[in-house]
Amino acid sequence: MTTDPVISAKNLSLTFQTNDGPVHALKDVNLEINKGDFVSFIGPSGCGKTTFLRVMADLEKPTAGEITVNGVSAEDARRARAYGYVFQHAGLYPWRTIGGNIRLPLEIMGVSKSEQDAAVKEVLEMVHLDGFEKKYPWQLSGGMQQRASIARALAFHADILLMDEPFGALDEIVRDHLNEQLLELWARTNKTIGFVTHSIPEAVYLSTKIVVMSPRPGRITDVIESTLPKERPLEIRDSPEFIEIAHRVRDGLRAGHAHD
Amino acid sequence: MRNVLPVLTVVIAIFVLWYAGAVALNAAWAHDKAKRAGVELTTSELIADTMSQKKPKLPPPHQVGAEIWKTTGAMVIKGKAFSKRSLLYHTGITLSSTLLGFAMGTALGIALAVGIVYNRTMDMSVMPWVIASQTIPILAIAPMIIVVLNAVGISGLLPKAVISMYLSFFPVVVGMVKGLRSPDHMQLDQMKTWNANSNQEFWKLRLPSSMPYLFTSLKIAMAASLVGAIVGELPTGAVAGLGARLLGGSYYGQTIQIWSALLVAAALAAGLVGLIGLFQKIVLKRMGMAR
Repeated sequence: MTTDPVISAKNLSLTFQTNDGPVHALKDVNLEINKGDFVSFIGPSGCGKTTFLRVMADLEKPTAGEITVNGVSAEDARRARAYGYVFQHAGLYPWRTIGGNIRLPLEIMGVSKSEQDAAVKEVLEMVHLDGFEKKYPWQLSGGMQQRASIARALAFHADILLMDEPFGALDEIVRDHLNEQLLELWARTNKTIGFVTHSIPEAVYLSTKIVVMSPRPGRITDVIESTLPKERPLEIRDSPEFIEIAHRVRDGLRAGHAHD
Repeated sequence: MRNVLPVLTVVIAIFVLWYAGAVALNAAWAHDKAKRAGVELTTSELIADTMSQKKPKLPPPHQVGAEIWKTTGAMVIKGKAFSKRSLLYHTGITLSSTLLGFAMGTALGIALAVGIVYNRTMDMSVMPWVIASQTIPILAIAPMIIVVLNAVGISGLLPKAVISMYLSFFPVVVGMVKGLRSPDHMQLDQMKTWNANSNQEFWKLRLPSSMPYLFTSLKIAMAASLVGAIVGELPTGAVAGLGARLLGGSYYGQTIQIWSALLVAAALAAGLVGLIGLFQKIVLKRMGMAR
């Protein structure tokens, strides 16, 4: 049985007009993301991976081509609050508690107080921050803050989670830990996840589909379907299968650079 | 407590300079008097005279201090704290128009800032006028405001408060425009991902973000408001208020009265600004934004 893709991009292009002439952030990008996929976007800076994610989120408008999210335009999907977006920085409001920060999108969406309480409790437990509801952001470590920001993106039960280098500012050990938790969360919620990263091990470890991109113009050079099982302990990173996929990603990245 | 020594040093230095200045400036009058009386002054007699003249060019600190005590503390003891001869009465008059003007200026400043941030036309058109308004010397426009408002039947506290407002709205506009624009791209994008409307964006993000800027502006606005109130008291015919004391003192050469009014005005400003500072500390600490 085939289902409609959750996110579909057809001949997508985005050109920024700058003082130094046009910059082709994305050029003729085609991609389909299915329900429950964990898709990583990897590539050097300037390859358009973040721009692509922002187009899905309707934070940028494509200059050509078509994008649909949940079968409707990206703008309609945004208005329907179809996705939760996690930025590189946690961006928690210092004047709100962790609970208050998670409540923020719910307040904006007009969710009732009792439903807010239930949602806060549920998502805090999901990111293993139970008991931190009344704490302020400055009382939490960087990793915990980022988990709180993921909890905030989960709070309104969107089916899609878009993450823009969410662990980029964290150290290796914390990052491993959060990767493991993210997989667990993904398995539990069956969300569709778009994940921008510049770390090869992170991309291979997390994804069911790895999209390798290259710059000038930003385009997709390779799409790798991961053969790794859904159940992934951290040790899987030493398996030959893992190393093979990582190798292919690296080749894809190198091929992209050969055009320079 | 590490600050005590440097602060004390500066205070002592000011007093030394002040006394030295008093001797130097008042000596001429002492010599004049001695010459007319046909006597020679020894150095100690000269200094003693410069310390106790009735209308000195520069009254020494202890004379000013005595005058302030005579018109404040001593009046309170006599139970006449709010008689017209009491400096407390005049301070109260000035304080009331300062506070009213400050409140009006803050409200106007915030309203203009919101308009400037949310409306492109206002951004382009209002800001130049706001800046131009501050290039007009307040001394020139203050009598006009008093006269015009009097002509439409408004007198008393309000015209003075309007002058205070005129001076105090400016720092609030500038600070709040900057404060309301302080949320970064990421925070605004985040609001967009939640499909927040501009009302929600204002109350939940822009306004709380602007608080540190607001408090800094309020301190400047408070000091400006006091200046406005004092200036506003000058063209009203020196009826009451610290400005009236300054003007009255200069009419009759009462330098001691001028200096005591000046010092009380300075102390009032320091107190008011300190109060805002305290409030700022408490609020920003509670908001987790204290630096």
